[in-house]
Amino acid sequence: MMLKIENLKAGINGKEILKGINMEVGAGEVHAIMGPNGSGKSTMSNVLVGHPAYEVYDGKVTFKGKDLLELSAEDRSHEGLFMSFQYPVEIPGVSMTNFMRTAINEKRKYQGLQPLPPTEFLKLIKEKREFVKLDSKFMNRSVNEGFSGGEKKRNEIFQMAMLEPSLSILDETDSGLDIDALRIVADGVNRLKTPETSVIVITHYQRLLDYIKPDVVHVLYQGRIIKTAGPELALELEERGYDWVIKEYEDSRK
Amino acid sequence: MSAEKNYIDIFSQNRALIDKGSAGAMNALRDKALECFTRYGLPHKGLEEYLHTDVRSWFEPDWGMNLNRIDMHVDQAQAFKCNVPNLSTLLYFLSNDVFAASDTAANVQLPQGVIVCSLREAAERHPEIVDAYYGRLADMERPGVAALNTMFAQDGMLVYVPDGVVVEKALQLVTLLQSPVDLLTNRRILVVLGRQSQLTLLLCDHALAANKYLTTQITEVFAGEGSSLKLYDLEETHNANLRVSDYYISQEADSTIETDFVTLHNGRTRNSVYQTFKGQGSTLSLNGIAITDKEQHVDNMTFVDHRVSDCTSSELFKYVLDDSSTGAFAGKVLVRHGAQHTESQQTNRNICLTREARMFTQPQLEIYADDVKCSHGATVGQLDEKAMFYMQQRGIPMEESRMMLMQAFVGEVIGKVSLEPLRDRLNRLVEKRFRGELSQCEGCRACR
Repeated sequence: MMLKIENLKAGINGKEILKGINMEVGAGEVHAIMGPNGSGKSTMSNVLVGHPAYEVYDGKVTFKGKDLLELSAEDRSHEGLFMSFQYPVEIPGVSMTNFMRTAINEKRKYQGLQPLPPTEFLKLIKEKREFVKLDSKFMNRSVNEGFSGGEKKRNEIFQMAMLEPSLSILDETDSGLDIDALRIVADGVNRLKTPETSVIVITHYQRLLDYIKPDVVHVLYQGRIIKTAGPELALELEERGYDWVIKEYEDSRK
Repeated sequence: MSAEKNYIDIFSQNRALIDKGSAGAMNALRDKALECFTRYGLPHKGLEEYLHTDVRSWFEPDWGMNLNRIDMHVDQAQAFKCNVPNLSTLLYFLSNDVFAASDTAANVQLPQGVIVCSLREAAERHPEIVDAYYGRLADMERPGVAALNTMFAQDGMLVYVPDGVVVEKALQLVTLLQSPVDLLTNRRILVVLGRQSQLTLLLCDHALAANKYLTTQITEVFAGEGSSLKLYDLEETHNANLRVSDYYISQEADSTIETDFVTLHNGRTRNSVYQTFKGQGSTLSLNGIAITDKEQHVDNMTFVDHRVSDCTSSELFKYVLDDSSTGAFAGKVLVRHGAQHTESQQTNRNICLTREARMFTQPQLEIYADDVKCSHGATVGQLDEKAMFYMQQRGIPMEESRMMLMQAFVGEVIGKVSLEPLRDRLNRLVEKRFRGELSQCEGCRACR
């Protein structure tokens, strides 16, 4: 099992947003988490990667057999958890190369390995850069500074390719992307996919799921997963909206 | 005025001794200095310009001064090792205020007419230079340390570059404070650049023994027409060090000055820069960095005077304040009537790492011309938490991400240093400083 979430209750500033999430993601699987605005999608991804502003009130998350919630944010990354940010952060003065070198070598340190020799590091950068069609000029620039929306998202996938995570969370990766950029990003994610790695796609719309095919689709509503089904659910949601699922859920609770 | 009275008494009682240990123009100005000092006194918190730094209180203890010029036996080579790879400088020393050249510098043939020597010696041997420039810029007609310094200063350094001469190699002046007892030092630096001349001057301020030191340093810089000066001032002293440094800079037409004032480690510091554009077509790049922790205090005051048209000034000062340290920045840009086509930009950005750290910033712009491009801005904030979390998600530990963000923050200022080996060294020193590996100064064996 890649990820097992049991009765996860979490929120921010004492306000409970996730009200008991249960979910299992197997190795090699792609899961989509969909839901209307304010349903808790962002909270869920932030809690999983250990954002300091979020609080966990109850429940358990097991990642590759380890208690995920016990790990610091950086150690979660070292263990193979990656999040593609909805809004990638600009870091003026820190070059992409320096940023990536530090990230890679910190991971290696965690694994008890020596830092990557500079030539190998540059080779790795080149390979992964070409993989997502990111121009070399970006490497000397500050992280995300002056990148267009599409370049920022491509940069996220580039970092994903560099760090080779076991589980990637794509948090609203499609927001602000035109169709070409969306294709490149989705193509990158698909090609990085192996039978040992898993992906959680968090999205409001079906659009991205045309390119990244989910095995399982979950609907998140008011902090709970109210429906789980196969990929056909995403299409149905696109067609009919969320109201019918919500109604179905509310009827079942009566 | 008790502090002032004390210094007036010391001066009157030791006048002969002071003169004996100095020469020429330095002695000639003392009467006027006494008169000004008696009238204006020491700078204190009641004055707008010294609102955040009570310099007068620093002078209240009964400091010893080495007016009798007892040899302190500082073995520079032994005490100081400046490891600047790739930066081969001609190295000079001021031990307290006693000038010495390193062996290499002493044996090198400087370009024709270039003088680098003790100011006292210059006052005797080159009176035509010292008489013409000494004390001509330092303003004693206001509360400050210029008058007190002029009363007591007995030595320092002269750098003179004649018209048309380019000094290829950078000059490095290491000021070392070392004494068996607490000490007040008053020293002078005089830099004169002739027309179309070029010079790079790096000043490194160190304190060797762990005594308390109070130093006043007045530096007068004359940049002749078409001259180019790169001037870097780096302080790496200790927590018990008190420094008052005044720079008076005058720029003739078409001159270019690039400066960087870096406070890497200190006790309490007040740096003032008074600059004047006297001729058109000149450029000033005036930058600074202060990194402080513990109870340290750094106050940079700059005054840029656009007296004539068609000059450009740009200023960037950045502070990173940790623990309960304090910083102050006051930058005044005056664009006088008729100074058309002035371009002036001033920025002061600061990061307070703790709730106890304090920054006081006061950008001021006064414009009396209508065809100018001027801007100024100041910010005080914290490290970007979003950026820190983004880095953590990529596996960079919190402490490391803090380091990288701080380094990046001051890196913008270091990037403006055009002397590449110095830029590299500054980056390294700053990183060490942030990592807490630079508790005292990098170059001093005494601190290790």
